[in-house]
Formats: sequence, C-alpha cells, structure tokens
Amino acid sequence: MTTTSTVPGRPAAPPRSQGLRDRVRRRGLTRSVTDAGFYTTAAALTVLFLGPLVWSAWASISGPRATGGTGGIGTNNYVRLIEYGAGLERYVWNTTVVTALTVVGTLFVSVLGGYALARFQFPGKNLLFIGALAILMVPHPTILVPLYTMLNWVGMQNSLVSVALVLVMFQLPFGLFMMRNAFEGIPRELEEAALLDGCSNLGALRRILLRAVTPAMVTVGMFAFLAAWNEFLTPLIFLTDGRNFTLPIALVSLRSGELGTVDLGALQAGIVVTAIPCLLMFILLQRHYVRGFTAGSVRG
Amino acid sequence: MASSTVAAARVGPASRGPARRARREATSGLLFALPAILFVVILFVVPLVLAAWMSLNDWPLIGSPAFNAPDNYVAISENQLFLSSIWFTIKYTAIVTVIFLVISLALALLVQSTRPGIGFFRTAFLLPAAVGLASSALLFYALYNNEYGPLGDMLRGLGLVEGNADFLSSSEAAFRSTVAMVTWRFAGFYMIIMLTGLQAIPVEVYEASRMDGASWWQTLRSITLPLLKPTILLVLVLSVTGSLLAFEPFYILTQGGPSNSTVTMVIAMFREAFTLFDLGSAAAIAMVLLVALVGINVAQLYLLRDKDPK
Repeated sequence: MTTTSTVPGRPAAPPRSQGLRDRVRRRGLTRSVTDAGFYTTAAALTVLFLGPLVWSAWASISGPRATGGTGGIGTNNYVRLIEYGAGLERYVWNTTVVTALTVVGTLFVSVLGGYALARFQFPGKNLLFIGALAILMVPHPTILVPLYTMLNWVGMQNSLVSVALVLVMFQLPFGLFMMRNAFEGIPRELEEAALLDGCSNLGALRRILLRAVTPAMVTVGMFAFLAAWNEFLTPLIFLTDGRNFTLPIALVSLRSGELGTVDLGALQAGIVVTAIPCLLMFILLQRHYVRGFTAGSVRG
Repeated sequence: MASSTVAAARVGPASRGPARRARREATSGLLFALPAILFVVILFVVPLVLAAWMSLNDWPLIGSPAFNAPDNYVAISENQLFLSSIWFTIKYTAIVTVIFLVISLALALLVQSTRPGIGFFRTAFLLPAAVGLASSALLFYALYNNEYGPLGDMLRGLGLVEGNADFLSSSEAAFRSTVAMVTWRFAGFYMIIMLTGLQAIPVEVYEASRMDGASWWQTLRSITLPLLKPTILLVLVLSVTGSLLAFEPFYILTQGGPSNSTVTMVIAMFREAFTLFDLGSAAAIAMVLLVALVGINVAQLYLLRDKDPK
C-alpha cells in the first residue's frame, strides 16, 4: 500500500534496532504473563469455533437413533441418510457435477479473460472489467428471477448445467480480478522470450504463464469449489425435480421432515457429508489460499 | 500502454506498421476475452434488462405477460410483508456489521503475533467459513433444538434458564440466535481480511509509536485504525451488502418465523415469486433492492473516502 511510505516519524535504522533490543528485554519479563493470556483466550475461542463442528460429527454417530439404542456409537443415521429421498449418492453426484462444471468453467473463463485484461488492448476492455465488477453490486436474486424465465424459454430449466453456468457468472468478478492481478505480476520478459521463439500467444500462455499463475488459479478454483458445493439460492430456484437436488437443497428438504417428524440424526450425518470435502480442501489448500488472497488484495 | 513493448520486441514481417500491430493485438485480446464477455452479456446484462422489463409487466409464473406499469411498483407500497422486512433487514445489517467489524478486528489483532501454534488458531477460527451457509444454518437449527441439541442443557446447567430455553420461538430470540450463527460462520473470514490489512502495515510504524511512548490503546487508535481504513472499508461494504441480501440464515434457521417476524427483503421477494407466482412483482422488488444497494454502496464509499488525498 502506497500510503504507508508517507507515514511521518518513520525512524532511522539505529533507534529501530535499539527499540527492538528494548522490546526483547521487556518481553523477557512480561512474556510468560501475556503468553498465558493469549493461549487461554485463543483456546477458549477455538472451543467456540470448533465446538459446533465437533458436536455435529459426534451427534451423527451417537445417540439412540444412531445406535439403535445399544449405546456407544453407530451408523444408523448414515444408513437412513443414504436411503433418504432420491438417495444420498444421487445428491452427492448432482453436487459434484455442478461443482466440477463451475470450477472448470470459472478457471477457463477467468484465466483467458484475466490474460486478456492484463496483456492486451482491445475495444470494450474497460467495459468488460466494469461489467464484471457490477456483478458484485447486483443482488443475486435480482438476476435469478429473470434467469429462471430465460432458462424456461430455452428449455434449460431444472438442469444442473444451468446452475453451473450461472455460478460461473457469479464467480467472474473475483476470478477475473485475481487472474488479471496474477498475470500483471509476471514479468513480461517471461513470455517475450517465448514469443520470440515463435510461440503464439496461446502457446506462451499454455506452456509458460500458467505455471506462474498457479497459486492464483488454486485460490480462484477453491473459491469456486466452496461456492458451488454450498450454493443454496440458485439451485433452490432452478431445480424443481427432487432427483436433481444438490446436497444443501436435499438437506433442507430433509429438515422440513415427513409427516411432521424431523430426523435430526440423519440431518447431522448429512451436514458431516456435506462439510467434509470443504473442510479437507480448505485445510489442504490453506497455504495457497491465504497467499493468493494476500497478493490479490495488496495489489488491488 | 506497456503491452506495446511485447509487440515492439517482436521482429519479422508480422510487425510491419503500428496500426496493423494494434489491430492484431485487439483481435487476440478480444478472442481471449470472448468467453468472459459472453458470460457477462448473456447471463448478466440481458437478465438485468429483462428484470427491468418484467417489473413493468404482470408476469405470472405460467401464462403470458401483459404490460401493467407501474402497478408492480405501486403494489410494493401496499406489500406489508415487504415493508416490514425493510426495517428488519436494516436492523439486522446494522447489528451484524458492527459485530463483524469489532470481532474480526479483535481476532486479527489476537492472531497477528508470531507465537508458536498461531497457524492452528488461525485455521480454527477460519474453519467455519468453509462450511456452507445452508449447512451452518441447519447445524445451528439442531444445536438450538431443546431435546436434541446440547445448548439448552448447557444453559440450564449454568443456571441461566429454567425449563426449555427459548432459541427460535420468540422473534427476539430467533433474531439473536441467527446473529450468533452468522457471527460463528463469518468471523474468521473477516478476520483474514483484517489480518491481511494489518500485515501490510510496516513494523517501523509500530516501532516509532513505541519509541514515542504510546500505549497499546493509543497505538491502536491513532496508528493502526487509520492505516487499516481501506481494509475496514472493504469489510464494511462486504458485510453491509451481504447482510442486506441475507436469505439462507433466516430462510433455513427461522423460516421467517415466528409469525413472519424474521422475514428479510430477499425472503419477501422470493415468496412473491415462488409462493405467489407473481414474477412481475418480484422483479419490481428486485429492482428496488438493486437501486437501494447501489445507492448505499456509493454512499459508503463517498462518506468514507480519503478526505485528504496524499
């Protein structure tokens, strides 16, 4: 950020190192006290943040409805979940289709578009960027109602592909912004060499630049994954046939219950099944995600 | 533009004449941008225009539309459900935004240090953000269930309530319970944004303020917060936009109840479209939402702009 360099009173080097030494000495006295305070607070907050997740996992395998009344742990909740509605595997499949299409589509459109925005002058360039950012400003429901009508016109209602296409559009502001910044961060010399060797623009992009923007692609892909896997409003509006439901929609209709009884045990099992891919991906890719995010926002 | 350096570096017959080069560049650029342009135009611009047109028509879910402007907009002023949802949504947005700002900043300051194990705590606070909003709402729905969830027992154990705890059965409790759920789900996400901003502040600035003998509180107020302003603004805009358009938390957790006391503007619009099958009125509400949202965001950016540009 440029403003930070103009902060008045920025000290010269010698007092700074002295300050550091002072701080180290002072820390020696108070360190154990502040550390204890820090770890106590952080541990208490960890319980608050992780508690619900741990409870959900535990509740899905314990209790009379999970074990059939035998005590200990059991998988009955999962068995009932698998048999619910059109079948768990159907819902997992639908969600996977929507998510895969959304991630691939978002990456394809954002990488090409980001490359175009970062490296080329073409008519309508600014219009495209503003148009994509405007997607952020417009409430999703505002365009979902007319989109629902449009999809009916072309016979694409109740389709997982339609849901994915719309989700790609919702991901575009973030995707284009991240990818444009990533491409701008690459020195031009990298592709100039390839272009001189007779590579086409597309060849340079494919062979050289993609490797350099991989961290940003991981970030964009992960955001698209989380958004698509968990999206609720779009499939709720578009999908009318129960066989096409994605996991979040299926879970909410499971919660709505049959004949007034709600199977909270099967619901916990469903929450666990829905959450585990997201949590795994989140933890595995966290390093990339935080780095890509930091780079994007600082440069923005 | 800098991109001309690429073309200039290229030699050979293809680079004859700047006009031709510019044309080639424009063509390549357009080709690369084409998928993005198609998505923005077909799935965003066209629906937006159609929404405006639908709002001027009597547009049933099934059957042919008929022009009836401005009936749909007039009907909004008599739509009690929507009118009461406006105040409710604004109240929710104001409260949740203040909570997000304070908690995310506090969390970011807490995990800013480089103590051992700090990565674990950051991940722990951030993890709920990976769980979908719908799943979170369902998870808390079960937590708040007095027979099934543990929260009621815990509150009774602490002596805070007697008998059944009230989580979702009165409108105040339903509101509080939803705010708690949303805070759990989003605090870590906003914490990471705040942390990014905090880490962009150079260490020298803090050293200088410590040299001047500033206390922790003084440093926070006169150094950290002013330098963090762009980040705070980002959190503010994201939170206000997201909360004004809140749907899942109330649709799933409270189902708009008890007796429609927690209906947000988007839920009201959704009911208009898919319970009452009146797409024209829903589009009119959508247009009002759009104008309000753009207006609020512009106002926020204007009010909080840098008044003394450096």
